[in-house]
Amino acid sequence: MSIETRRVLALHGGLVALLIGLHFVLPAYHHGNLARIMVLASYAIGYNILFGYTGLLSLGHALFFAAGMYGMALTIQHAGFTPAPGLLSGIVAGALISGALALLALRTTGVAFMIVTLMFAQAGYLTILYFGEYTRGDEGFVIQTAQRVLWGIDLSDPANRYFAALSLFAICLGLSLWLVRAPFGRVLVAIRENEERVRMLGYDIYAHKLGAMVISGTMAAASGAVYGLLFGYAGASFASVQYSIFPLLWVLLGGAGTVLGPFIGTLFMFYLIDLSSGITSAYMLIAGVTLVALTLFAPQGLAGEVRRRIWKGLP
Amino acid sequence: MEIGPYILLASLEGAVTAAVLALTAVGLSLVFGVMRVVNIAHGEFFMLGAVIAWYVAHWMGGHPALGFVAALVVAPLLVGAIAVAADMTILKRLDYDPERTIVATIGLLYIIQQLTLMSYGPEARPVEAPFNQRIALPWIERGESGWQFYYPWGLSTTSYKLAVIGAAGAVLCGVWALMTRTRIGLVMRATQADREMALAFGIPVEKVYALVFGLGAGLAALAAVLIVPIQQAHYLMGADPLLLSFIVVIIGGLGSLPGTVLAAVLIGLSDGIISVFFSPTLAKILATLLVGLVLVFRPQGLFGTRAA
Repeated sequence: MSIETRRVLALHGGLVALLIGLHFVLPAYHHGNLARIMVLASYAIGYNILFGYTGLLSLGHALFFAAGMYGMALTIQHAGFTPAPGLLSGIVAGALISGALALLALRTTGVAFMIVTLMFAQAGYLTILYFGEYTRGDEGFVIQTAQRVLWGIDLSDPANRYFAALSLFAICLGLSLWLVRAPFGRVLVAIRENEERVRMLGYDIYAHKLGAMVISGTMAAASGAVYGLLFGYAGASFASVQYSIFPLLWVLLGGAGTVLGPFIGTLFMFYLIDLSSGITSAYMLIAGVTLVALTLFAPQGLAGEVRRRIWKGLP
Repeated sequence: MEIGPYILLASLEGAVTAAVLALTAVGLSLVFGVMRVVNIAHGEFFMLGAVIAWYVAHWMGGHPALGFVAALVVAPLLVGAIAVAADMTILKRLDYDPERTIVATIGLLYIIQQLTLMSYGPEARPVEAPFNQRIALPWIERGESGWQFYYPWGLSTTSYKLAVIGAAGAVLCGVWALMTRTRIGLVMRATQADREMALAFGIPVEKVYALVFGLGAGLAALAAVLIVPIQQAHYLMGADPLLLSFIVVIIGGLGSLPGTVLAAVLIGLSDGIISVFFSPTLAKILATLLVGLVLVFRPQGLFGTRAA
């Protein structure tokens, strides 16, 4: 094991260890927030695989997040599933939908790709509203505490919830780290940097992009399913455009194309909005200003700056 | 009411939607055509137009027509100025990179929307129409005594709605004349055709971009002023015009003005008629799917001929 690999493992393992430690010291309010942040950061990690590493900017990831959430919530609510098969059906729904959208959307590039993903996600959102009889539309529905017991563990309990969120986060972080250091991930980065050259070297661009989009969408779906299960609620607002913009914002802020960036961005943005919503109801203003400022002044984000100035090998 | 008058009524309502939509979409199409950027904040310029119209009408007082005419002048100019400022401070510095511009205009969308929420508030407020006579419409039907002419109950429109259709048509003709008959239009088309070559010929491309961005936003604001006596001004009203404009611009062929107008009429009319038979949500689902599929399988638009 090289020194570089050891440093990388120490950094990312250290973050997970820190998060375990924080469980014992954080006050209840921040403890609950951090559980939420870890689930949302897993969503952002999934988004980052497509946007940060493959260079495909999707404006429709809320579709995958919601596919996971509703794949889980609807089967539990209407088909009497227990949480484990419920989670599985959410993840499968996300994989299928991201695969189907990838088959269509990957025929386009650049701006057209962004608009196509935006339109299909919007159609998904409207479909949830249309079947309001089952989904309860914007109002959403609550998943009862009794329906949220996974293998005898009550997920509505704060400590269990925290560790469930941490497990999801650790899995996604580990997967992402492994992926970007594996040959498949290297090809993705190469596609982002110079698609034509990768094609010339004989790689199948389409298959790699398809793979990236399905992995990314499945991770987003897993986060959506876990989010619904841990916080006991599924609503159409999670499928709205706003939830497609959020992961973009988090990843841009934290640093696109870095493994830790999504978590850093989610953490910062969550508290920025949390603090400002105490002052004004127009808290999305912060999101707007941050987006514009980031595109103008720091397109690499926080972790991107660290990579540029301090540690060139940061994955 | 019989089905015939019902469809006539729906297509009249649809014609109003189409008129306003055509103005908004031409603004978006102009920006896309000349500058090659997608402006996600376009719907918010529309909303700003409506909100400014309310402020102007509110401050002017007096006869409703006075405030309305003032709003018709002030709102597009003010919104155009805001757009020019946004272009010069943000878009220009991004070098009009298509993807980064989209992200920045998403940010701009939230900034404009939330600032409006903070200052104007969450209420929906009406602006009074300058004139608003109810016009009953006749219908011909074959009755027991042969063809007869009568006024079915509920089949009516207002003089204002007809005026909106007329005004939108006039403005569109104005835009067409501007693009094809004037020097500034020539410069815009030159920039659209080949940015580098235009620059080489001494055309101040950056000024043209700022102007086009302002003009596009101004058209959206103008459309909003026209519609605000029928709808109300609300800080979230920008979402639907944005979506519909996208649909229109993409179906009409990206950057093609005649295609855009044709598609606006088609979408506006069918929107009015479809929503008589289907639920509005289902109609929107079909429309968004259509846009997605058109972009995937026919990126030049349904009426376009060259690749975008």
